[in-house]
Amino acid sequence: MSDQTTSGPVLAADGTPLKRSLARALRLQKMRALALIAPLLLFVLITFIAPIADMLFRSVENQIVSETLPQTVVALADWDPTTGEAPDEAVYRALAADLKVAVEDKTHTRLGSRLNYELTGASSLFRKSGRKVKRMDLESDTSFKEAFTDIDRKWGEVAIWETIQTYSPKYTNGYFLNAVDMRKGPDGPEARPENQQIYMMLFGRTLFMSLVITMSCIILGYPVAWLLANLPTRTSNLLMILVLLPFWTSLLVRTSAWKVMLQQQGVINDTLVWLGLVADDARLVMINNQFGTIVAMTHILLPFMILPMYSVMQTIQPSYLRAAKSMGATNWTAFWRVYFPQSVPGIGAGSILVFILSIGYYITPEIVGGNTGTFISNRIAYHISSSLNWGLAAALGAILLAVVLLLYYVYDKIVGIDNVKLGG
Amino acid sequence: MADIHSSDAFVEFERVQKSYDGENLVVKDLNLVMPKGEFLTMLGPSGSGKTTCLMMLAGFETATHGDIRLDGESINNIPPHKRGIGMVFQNYALFPHMTVAENLSFPLEVRKMGKSEREAKVKRVLDMVQMGEFGGRRPAQLSGGQQQRIALARALVFEAELVLMDEPLGALDKQLREHMQFEIKRIADNLGITVVYVTHDQTEALTMSDRVAVFDDGRIQQLAPPDTLYEQPENSFVAQFIGENNTLEGVVKEINGDVALVRLDDGELIDCKPVNVSKPGERTRVSIRPERVEYNKERLQEGVHTLKAEVMEFIYMGDIFRTRLKVAGNDEFIIKTRNAPDQVRLQPGTQIEIGWLPQDCRALDA
Repeated sequence: MSDQTTSGPVLAADGTPLKRSLARALRLQKMRALALIAPLLLFVLITFIAPIADMLFRSVENQIVSETLPQTVVALADWDPTTGEAPDEAVYRALAADLKVAVEDKTHTRLGSRLNYELTGASSLFRKSGRKVKRMDLESDTSFKEAFTDIDRKWGEVAIWETIQTYSPKYTNGYFLNAVDMRKGPDGPEARPENQQIYMMLFGRTLFMSLVITMSCIILGYPVAWLLANLPTRTSNLLMILVLLPFWTSLLVRTSAWKVMLQQQGVINDTLVWLGLVADDARLVMINNQFGTIVAMTHILLPFMILPMYSVMQTIQPSYLRAAKSMGATNWTAFWRVYFPQSVPGIGAGSILVFILSIGYYITPEIVGGNTGTFISNRIAYHISSSLNWGLAAALGAILLAVVLLLYYVYDKIVGIDNVKLGG
Repeated sequence: MADIHSSDAFVEFERVQKSYDGENLVVKDLNLVMPKGEFLTMLGPSGSGKTTCLMMLAGFETATHGDIRLDGESINNIPPHKRGIGMVFQNYALFPHMTVAENLSFPLEVRKMGKSEREAKVKRVLDMVQMGEFGGRRPAQLSGGQQQRIALARALVFEAELVLMDEPLGALDKQLREHMQFEIKRIADNLGITVVYVTHDQTEALTMSDRVAVFDDGRIQQLAPPDTLYEQPENSFVAQFIGENNTLEGVVKEINGDVALVRLDDGELIDCKPVNVSKPGERTRVSIRPERVEYNKERLQEGVHTLKAEVMEFIYMGDIFRTRLKVAGNDEFIIKTRNAPDQVRLQPGTQIEIGWLPQDCRALDA
């Protein structure tokens, strides 16, 4: 015990300040705890955090233009596209010099595909010019402008030069503008023509369908969770196995099963036709559209809704309902005023889980979504694996991440994250 | 029971039976008549059927057979929310998502009462349980005793004439429990409400009740005021269950009016009051309260039978001395003596003689 009557910090037995000796005593504990989680931390850092950070960085990175055409970018800096005239001879000479190096390094085709995202035809233009630029002689040739316009008259137009100039900085917001259906114009960002707009619609559809899926999970899952929590143990265990059974089945198998069920020659349509409810030539279209995606995903995500609801409902004692009834509440009032409010944390936890899972879902919409039932994630996958426009994919992914975080924040403000319970 | 006629019955159980599985009866042939304003406790070990009876009265369980009447009307087919019975639950069942005031106003809201009337009633009942300032708190912010008061207030706020309490003090510590026993009794008396109180704590039952129904094995073993129950148990279960009790086993030798002569298993003879025995030769279990045993020879009546006893253990308990004796082969024989200045402290190993008044020693069923 230190003497409290003396002024100054409380001292430990050996005279050092108590705070410092406490910190020293705790430091070893902290180090030991850190050493225990270090392997996992490193693993997550290397395999999860770093790739995500790298991908997100790609959404703004744009060094390919200035690296492949260093001299051209400098020479083009003073050109004003609003004059409507192609740049002067110096720019064409710089382009010839840059392209010669690029062709040797074989980087000109990559630049071509990069610029092709912004200007259709740029890819073939660069490939064609690459072949012919070898024949140019930087020392003896005089008019490079003529030589390039001979290769392709596009080189004499403003569009390609404008694109090169717009995308010459090392970092660009072009991918993000693209991801929200806009593009860089001469006067800053502008909307794309309507026939090119797709991403905002996809984002909207993804959010809307995720909401529908979450709502149908709540409606279908609530009674099941209630039964699970209130049936005698033996029956409820059996029911629990039925709920978990889909969990142990492959996702692909379940989705394909829905394909079998819902297609026009599938089980449901066949049954309806057999029963005479639907004419043979008017079979219902239930797959490869939004309906199919919603049905299949509701089924797949249902356990994620039921389990949090169940674990919350389990903690609601039956005596609450009895108490309400003893005070004169009807069954419905007792449920609505007493039971339901106490089960809301379970609904909240299940909803967050289902909504966030479904907003990024890929496999099921890919298989049963057709054209109208696909999500933004399917578009991201397309840009990653088919169009190879990783920058755009990264921008779309970053927006998706931001939307989820924003919704999470809003949810926290409205419902309160403390009200979310996964059990106990 | 004989002195209460069906005409002034408020709560009435008539030949009520209850079975959950169709094989065993949890409640067997229950008959009970309660007048208005009575505080009746159902006391018994767990599984004796007392809580089932309470739940049948509240309407959460249906009687398999028989009739339950409230104020002369059969309520068998009336759902719980229309019975108008207040209830205090074992774990209070205060709604955690509502404040104390909202909890209390809930029964008034479902009765479609106006806002100002509700507020007045909530305030009045909060004052009654001395919790006036706690209306805005949540149940989780209250201590166990405070929650108990609110649960009581909630059962009373809609002015039910009958209030059921299911072990309401089970979760409280001893001191608070004793205080609340007094409090509940005071409020019940002031309001003149009829209370059915379920507990397994016999002290609680004795201190609070007008009458106690001792349950065992699905039957009421004895229904009597506390003093009768304690001093005149009708069978050995009640004698054992209520208070501390000494038992000696033997065979009835002869019965002369109010006095039976019993030969204990080790051959000694004692005088008893015959309660559950009718003829010589029957086996019997003799019950004597520890505080009615006398070992001071000067105070013993002339001519009563005495027994030899050996002191096994002496325990000082402050207000009383508790002495364990070996009597007629039973070494769990307890006597209690008041800690008076002239009281002898018996040392272990001492040989004494004990005796009692014949009417304090009851020959019950074997």
